[in-house]
Amino acid sequence: MNLLSLTIKDASEKLKAGVFSCRELVVECFSNIKKHDKKINAFLTLNEEKAIKKAIEYDGLIKKNKDIFAEKPLLGIPVAFKDLFTTKDLRTTAGSKIIGGYTPPFDATVVKKLVDAGVIIIGKTNQDAWGHGSSGENTDYDATRNPYDLSRVPGGSSSGSGAAVSYGASLVGTGTDTGSSVRLPAGFCNLVGLKPTYGRVSRYGIIAMASSFDTIGHMTRTVYDNAKVLEVTAGVDPYDGTTVPVKVDQYTKTLGQSIKGLKIGLPKEYFVKGLDGKVDSSIKNSLKVLEKLGATVHEVSLPHTDYAMAAYYILVPSEVSSNLSRYDGVRYGLTREVFGAEAKRRIMLGSYTLSSGYYDAYYLKAAKVRTLIKKDFEDAFKTVDVLVVPTSPSLPFKIGEKTNDPLKMYLSDIFLCPVNLAGIPALNVQSGFADGLPVGMQIIGPQFSEQLLYKVAYLFEQETQYYKIRPEFKNG
Amino acid sequence: MAKKNLTREDILHIAKLGNLTLNEKEIELFKKQLSSVIDYINKLQEVNTDKVEPSSQITGLTDVLREDKVDDKRTLTPDQALANTKSKEGSLFKVKAILTE
Repeated sequence: MNLLSLTIKDASEKLKAGVFSCRELVVECFSNIKKHDKKINAFLTLNEEKAIKKAIEYDGLIKKNKDIFAEKPLLGIPVAFKDLFTTKDLRTTAGSKIIGGYTPPFDATVVKKLVDAGVIIIGKTNQDAWGHGSSGENTDYDATRNPYDLSRVPGGSSSGSGAAVSYGASLVGTGTDTGSSVRLPAGFCNLVGLKPTYGRVSRYGIIAMASSFDTIGHMTRTVYDNAKVLEVTAGVDPYDGTTVPVKVDQYTKTLGQSIKGLKIGLPKEYFVKGLDGKVDSSIKNSLKVLEKLGATVHEVSLPHTDYAMAAYYILVPSEVSSNLSRYDGVRYGLTREVFGAEAKRRIMLGSYTLSSGYYDAYYLKAAKVRTLIKKDFEDAFKTVDVLVVPTSPSLPFKIGEKTNDPLKMYLSDIFLCPVNLAGIPALNVQSGFADGLPVGMQIIGPQFSEQLLYKVAYLFEQETQYYKIRPEFKNG
Repeated sequence: MAKKNLTREDILHIAKLGNLTLNEKEIELFKKQLSSVIDYINKLQEVNTDKVEPSSQITGLTDVLREDKVDDKRTLTPDQALANTKSKEGSLFKVKAILTE
């Protein structure tokens, strides 16, 4: 079994056919973790004993009933959960030390849905504490490294999930995307990463960062795998009043359908100074592939792009300061001086923008600009079906490169945050490689257009097959 | 808006609002870092937002209510809620006193 190149699709077929067992698959995950994780730091907590027990139980189920896969579509599939996902009886730290000893008594809705679908929990992954970061370096533990080049960041905030799927510790890594946190690690680790429409996937039991922005996504090696997971996680949850009663599509069913006549928009504000030439040319090459598949490319404008980051860095810290107020050392964990530097910065920034005399100038103003940014996208989608933009303006950067300058770190997300302001979905697919490092590309669509995004991404992936390029642990 | 330079007093004030205590090194560091962030976000003042409504619920849902009934399926019993805590007394979480006489 070569876990580095395995997909959910292959694994399910092989488990069904008895080529390998759930137990063998899970043991292989842990053997990769033992081989690589001392250097990569993708995991904060491992679930080895229980995972193997579960795998043995599932092997028994398969033996008894071959049709069990219809009932449990992800039977035996190893999943690594970001540590913002509440997991019953399994330590959940949010990447922070302040709740480093927290073992929840319940499962997040998404965890429950995935477990009911048959997944096996490998462990909990490292992350920028509370989801605050773009590199993984804001963890209160040791920073995760990029399996393609260990001197570089894997992208954050779902850094450990990205690295874990990339190096063969798991077939799915869950993440949350408030501003970039699924798409950036997917882009930096050569994975498919979904930021769903706001309210498509339940937030219940996901430790909150910014409640009007948080979306619950996941990373996989291929588009098919990604669509398969969303079929399980999407939908209305009575425990999250912001989940939207829009039908959940069978996302895998339309993969392979033609995209002839698809109109792709290229927002001119995204292809400007500050974009690395290598990223730019990779995206331009990918557009040629999409044209070959029958799509046409049109320039569009998102006129308020330049203000998106400012609006984001008012609204999100405001919500963060409110959400983190519950960590008061009374009900959970340790006292507030244990917060890491980035959490403190965001709490203070949010306290400032919400404080008396500043609320109108900052929070209210930013909420109005949010309306304008949402409208920019709506206007663009009147003339095109999807937008294609780079995921990051640069290649995966060096560990330590941006840690002393928070503003510089914030601006790594310049192509990602506008999507969260508008509540729309975006999918990171691999655009190619430059200097041996992955280059990510986002396909962005209107609210609830996940099925279309997968359809476009699938044909592109079939044509390019970058997912077959697995990490070689450079500079290890 | 003029270039923003947060003072030491500003930093101590917003730290207090967020119930944070900072050491001397943090006060100096955050003064510099947060000033540059606030300087950056001030560029929003350039945008004309007359007659623009603010957005807070981005998919447009309103008044999502449920029946006012307890759902036992996902309500924790006191024993379940306390199962993983290291500090309890009877069926209660035991915490440090927050009020003093």
